[in-house]
Amino acid sequence: MSEPLAETAQPVPNGSRGRRSEAAEPGVFVLWITSWGSAVVDGVSTVGDIAIFAHRMCVWMFTRLPRRGTLMINFYQVGVLSLPVVALTGTFIGMVLAVQSYYQFHEIGLENRLGAVINMSLVRELGPVLAATMLAGRVGSAMAAVLGTMRVTEQIDALTTMGADPIHYLVVPRFLACILLIPALTIMADFMGIVGGYFYSVIILGIDHAAYLHNSREFVGGFDLFSGIFKSIFFGGIIAIVSCYQGFNCEAGAEGVGKAATSAFVYSFVMILAIDLFLNIGLDAVYYAFYPQGSSIL
Amino acid sequence: MNGLLDCEMETAHETNDTDALLRIEHLSVIFNKQEVLKDLNLTIQRGQTIAIIGESGCGKTVFMKTLVGLIRPTEGRVLFDNRSLSETSPTDLAKIRRRFGFVFQNAALFDSMTIFENIAFPLHQHEVASASDVRERVMKRLSEVGLSKDVAKKYPAELSGGMRKRVGLARALILKPELVVYDEPTTGLDPIMSDVINELILDTRRRYPVTSVVVTHDMHTARKVADRVLMLYPRRRLSDGESQVLFDGPPSDLEHAADRRVRQFVRGEAGERLSEMAEGD
Repeated sequence: MSEPLAETAQPVPNGSRGRRSEAAEPGVFVLWITSWGSAVVDGVSTVGDIAIFAHRMCVWMFTRLPRRGTLMINFYQVGVLSLPVVALTGTFIGMVLAVQSYYQFHEIGLENRLGAVINMSLVRELGPVLAATMLAGRVGSAMAAVLGTMRVTEQIDALTTMGADPIHYLVVPRFLACILLIPALTIMADFMGIVGGYFYSVIILGIDHAAYLHNSREFVGGFDLFSGIFKSIFFGGIIAIVSCYQGFNCEAGAEGVGKAATSAFVYSFVMILAIDLFLNIGLDAVYYAFYPQGSSIL
Repeated sequence: MNGLLDCEMETAHETNDTDALLRIEHLSVIFNKQEVLKDLNLTIQRGQTIAIIGESGCGKTVFMKTLVGLIRPTEGRVLFDNRSLSETSPTDLAKIRRRFGFVFQNAALFDSMTIFENIAFPLHQHEVASASDVRERVMKRLSEVGLSKDVAKKYPAELSGGMRKRVGLARALILKPELVVYDEPTTGLDPIMSDVINELILDTRRRYPVTSVVVTHDMHTARKVADRVLMLYPRRRLSDGESQVLFDGPPSDLEHAADRRVRQFVRGEAGERLSEMAEGD
């Protein structure tokens, strides 16, 4: 892409005929523009590629479901094996929230409201994002590494030559496992975070048990819980698509597989946060449409 | 010479079209502006075993992958039994692929499956047999490639390179394909195991009415298994207008080929290649 641009962008001045190599040398600005242009074209074509990949996966999902055995293996790996790590990190994040918020709220005499702050943050934001981050790190990277290795060792080509569509056989079960099980992982992260937050606030910091629970009940509603779980489905979907795409487009060799696994996590995480922003804007609009008076912890 | 060959091939498929299993018409493949294959024309008759030879980077693997529809041609088309692969819908292409068998260079067995599951995979995929029939067929193919029943329970990582290649062959043959494509079947094997694979290729041909395409740079394999040899040459080292097919004929004619580059390849002589490489190829 860059070669022809670099060659044609710099016309040979009249006075420098015969000094071809000097005249053909592109300037720094031209190279800068060329590299930006090339990056934009690459970016747009990657987004297009991912869209086609996701479209093909959706078509297969509605045409023919994968076999039960293939689905169960993926459900086990995505759901069951991720549960302990999600529960553990959920517990810690609940306790960390209590530690971080206590002194500020204590200063203004509102430490009894801590339950509302911790639980609201958990169910709306930290639970789903944390579960998704753990899933991207644990499952997304593994998906990219496994599919990348299959690409490098020609196992994906082997599937195609045997009449099996690799997207149907490899991507659809992983996608379904992610979108169907991430809500359960989010609920686990929420629950353990609530337990951790309660434990640190009530047992360690000595906040009144009844006030903590009353404030939690008062301010954290069903919509907050729903919005967190609803967002997590999108996070699960994007983790599966980005990670499988990275695996399918893995470069040759061990380095290629490593790069695919790293990119799967990095791009999934960036996408999770970007989608989170837009979904929050959308969900807030829905919330205020139904509850114009809103709710305030303070 | 190639012009003459092209004319002969054209005449061959005009007069005897029904015997042609594969027809390659004006095939060109370009990757990232690099021309890997240019304007290839070829007809492969049913029952024929054709060896495609050539040095690394000449495009033989790309050619082979284009034959089975893994790579889409930039120009031209591949006709399998008079149906163009690039103009066939993915569903129909999957059905056509039941008639292909592909033996990969490193076997490409599925790591997560046992040997039994690997060989049975095409049967499950196309749902063509009952459970007992699947077992019977898998065991038969395993014994045909000289592997014991105990191997069926093992995983690919537990087998040697030669055993994996034989499992790959068993898997490729499970659906009794019409076309079997071998990608460098003897690369990385010791001389004895290489000859075992050669014998298995010949044995397969005796047992089933298959058409075989063997991509190799092992001249022993090409001479032993093929009844026609095609030599490809890297596009970048050819002058404009020169055909990429340097040789197309029976293996017995290789030694006396008119083109010096063919004789050089067959005898394994570096010749001027070393100095060419030093100059940056």
